[in-house]
Amino acid sequence: MQLNHKGSIATALAGATCALLGQSPAHADTDSSVLKDWKFDTAILYYGETDRVSLAESVISATKTNNDDSIFNVKLVLDTLTGASANGAVPQPAVQTFSRPSGKDSYQVAAGETPLDDTFRDTRVQVASSWMQPFAETWRGTAGINVSREYDYMSLGVNGLLEKDLFQRNTTLSAGLSYQFDSIDPVGGKPTPLSSMLIPSDNSDADEDTGQYSKNGSDNKTTMDLLFGVTQVINRRMLMQFNYGLSVVDGYTTDPYKVLSVIDANGVTQDIIYENRPDTRTRHSFFWQTKYALDSGVADVSYRFATDDWDINSHTIDSRLRFNLSDRSYIQPHFRYYQQSAADFYQPFVNQSAPLPMYASADYRVGEMTAYTVGLKYGRELDNGHEWAVRAEYYQQDPKNAGFDQPGVLADLDLYPSVKAVILQFNYHF
Amino acid sequence: MKRKALYVSVLIALSQLGGCASLGVQPWERDLLAKDEMELGAEGIDLGLDDHIYFSKEATSGGRSFAGGGCGCN
Repeated sequence: MQLNHKGSIATALAGATCALLGQSPAHADTDSSVLKDWKFDTAILYYGETDRVSLAESVISATKTNNDDSIFNVKLVLDTLTGASANGAVPQPAVQTFSRPSGKDSYQVAAGETPLDDTFRDTRVQVASSWMQPFAETWRGTAGINVSREYDYMSLGVNGLLEKDLFQRNTTLSAGLSYQFDSIDPVGGKPTPLSSMLIPSDNSDADEDTGQYSKNGSDNKTTMDLLFGVTQVINRRMLMQFNYGLSVVDGYTTDPYKVLSVIDANGVTQDIIYENRPDTRTRHSFFWQTKYALDSGVADVSYRFATDDWDINSHTIDSRLRFNLSDRSYIQPHFRYYQQSAADFYQPFVNQSAPLPMYASADYRVGEMTAYTVGLKYGRELDNGHEWAVRAEYYQQDPKNAGFDQPGVLADLDLYPSVKAVILQFNYHF
Repeated sequence: MKRKALYVSVLIALSQLGGCASLGVQPWERDLLAKDEMELGAEGIDLGLDDHIYFSKEATSGGRSFAGGGCGCN
């Protein structure tokens, strides 16, 4: 997800924001005959990490319900990302120099600082569409497609879902299938797994003779998802859902921009090598959700357990508690807690004296961590039936040491810094 | 409270096997369940945005819906 040319990110974002917030409500009023059956959900979101990545994302989703209760939806997502991301190397007591992904430039990281690659800049456009068709009284079929494009990444997907209502619609069984094809064309080429990162010298002609071009080519992966669900109405106030999901990833799962430090017995970096992950991943997830109607509000609690053959087990608890302040406004606190164990190939660095493993990643996102989100949303319905809402949240990730020693100079350095982010969002529905 | 939770769990399990004789509501009792905010996927836009954030920052995705791929999120 790296971009060298600046592009017209600001222009694109401004355009999308205008489209989302400015024009469409008026349009809906004046052209009600055409848009009468259409509903629009729009949102803009800002996600910003302290000293790291920031993301601005716009969404517009249009839904039309037809006379036969079939539903057509089309959704456009545009996001733009800038900032710095941890490259995987450990901090050092001295200044470190790294190659930028292009291989033609370098950046320096101050002593004691977590190495962050600050070249991230990307724009993503995603279009998704689906059609839901009821049939034979108690059946529904949904088919969907999605396309997503970034500078170095392209994703195409198709999915289908079949639902069957039973027992006066108190029970719904569902089965879904999704197939996703992702293609990645890394900036500067795909690095040779576990090969050394070469730092470009000032003389660019010399680089071509130094074997820098161990990076080349692109790669892809496929993701097949199966999802089975049961939804059950418990009583007049409560319903529950249980899902089982199987996800099989096959192909290039490595992050081409992530590296590991190779250290000596004193913890001093001797080399920087590119990471390498297995080319398959099989994951099982179990998801349970309950919604409960209060006299003036809704309690929504969900729990997810996931386990995979990378040895990552995770637990997620997500809860939203909606309180209606009046017939037309509500406030909704949100709390989420997440915990994951480390992948079996995760290691914060490589010891020079140990044999090189086949797979290794120091990406904290496949390491042990906990994370939590706290947030508050306020929503209001207007006289014309439109609704708006604002949401503000705080998200913090706390990576943990999964039992690795920190030899020599690393003992006094923070290898597992927390990541702190704010999320701000504005929604408009009409 | 714990006993009540157990009771509910057992009821659900039985209903899946035996046909939901004791769970659920009559069509005229759906006043609360029919509210927009009681839909499982209510606030779909928020859920989609959250999925994108957590997909990029954590090792697990999906569960509620397909885990998918779809971005090279760093």
